[in-house]
Amino acid sequence: MRDFDYHLAADVEAALEQLRASEDGKLIAGGMTLLPTLKQNLAAPTDLIDLNGIAALRGIALDGNVLTIKAMTIHADVGASDVVRKAIPALATLAGGIGDPAVRHRGTIGGSIANSDPAADYPGAVVGLGATIVTDRREISGDDFFLGLFETALEPDEIITAVRFPVPDQAHYIKFRHPASGYAVAGVMVSRTKGKVRVGVTGAGPCAFRASDFEAALEQDFSPQAIASIEISADGLNSDISSSAEYRANLVQVLARRCVTALI
Amino acid sequence: MTLEVKLTVNGVEHSAQVEARTLLAELLRDHLKLTGTHVGCDTTQCGCCVVHLDGKAIKSCTILAVQARGKAVTTIEGLAQPDGTLHPMQEAFREHHGLQCGFCTPGMVMMGVDIARRNPGADEELIRHQLEGNICRCTGYQGIVEAILSVANPGAVKGHH
Repeated sequence: MRDFDYHLAADVEAALEQLRASEDGKLIAGGMTLLPTLKQNLAAPTDLIDLNGIAALRGIALDGNVLTIKAMTIHADVGASDVVRKAIPALATLAGGIGDPAVRHRGTIGGSIANSDPAADYPGAVVGLGATIVTDRREISGDDFFLGLFETALEPDEIITAVRFPVPDQAHYIKFRHPASGYAVAGVMVSRTKGKVRVGVTGAGPCAFRASDFEAALEQDFSPQAIASIEISADGLNSDISSSAEYRANLVQVLARRCVTALI
Repeated sequence: MTLEVKLTVNGVEHSAQVEARTLLAELLRDHLKLTGTHVGCDTTQCGCCVVHLDGKAIKSCTILAVQARGKAVTTIEGLAQPDGTLHPMQEAFREHHGLQCGFCTPGMVMMGVDIARRNPGADEELIRHQLEGNICRCTGYQGIVEAILSVANPGAVKGHH
């Protein structure tokens, strides 16, 4: 790992100033992806701006029908939160299944989403639940947030401050874990709110996406049979040493049906 | 960039001059000579480097030393009483033969303490899931799981040994 200048930001404004003042600065949240990346010299920023000192970026609150999780909230806190468990139990389950306990004590929701790792869990929840990403300057619809492999709608100097999840009537998340890494080979979040259905998929493509054909069919008939004959195209899906694109396409189908079965 | 890092390790205040890129595991082992914390994979997978940061299990190979500034770190050296009386989790690892070569043991014990703290009454399945970030290359999980189970849920141990 190359050395860098370290800055502990006191607040979001200070973090933005430090980021803009640096030649090639990077923000560090939980560091669960960034530090391994630095160790491999896949990135060599001149400056690291640490968001861990900003208390205002931590916390979970339910206001009416909106669950707000601030960006630096760690996965362990979301997984163990009574508020989350009551409002959106599927989200607590998802957070409690990320990585391992030590990773969940450092990794944050904002860091996970900003990274847009194709195999991360939270992006599936953002699109599957129709979340809104709140930043220092605007609100971004979850549907417009993930643009590609490790690519999001964030500006280079933009900081996520919170994620807002509308509370659905029902939701269920299932991931097919890679047995060694724990990352999602594929993960599906199905939610239902007043007859509207969302199907968020992570792990399978370059970034999280909605399976809109599934959604339309499930809004007509919320049953596993309704989507059994709808194929997900393998075109553009991820293919690696453990799983082909065709395998992932099939897995998304299977996981979506299992989610629906769990909800009826 | 060289920084001064002041932190508490096993109840003792320490100060060290480190580079910004120095990992907490390196601070503990190379600067403070607390070599009980092992570095196995250095890629956040094996869990040999688990310590507690303000009471929570973390992987010390995946946090900067400077990020522990002002915080309290507990390592395997800090578990036993000053008179040598073992921590109940250490005693349980001895009782249930929760180690073979011993390399993963510091991380296993530190994670075991964390698991028992968070999950009183945990069953074997939960403990096995909770250990997914700690790898034993001897594959001696049976004794490790029994040891943690005996502390988290004393009534549940069948006692193979």
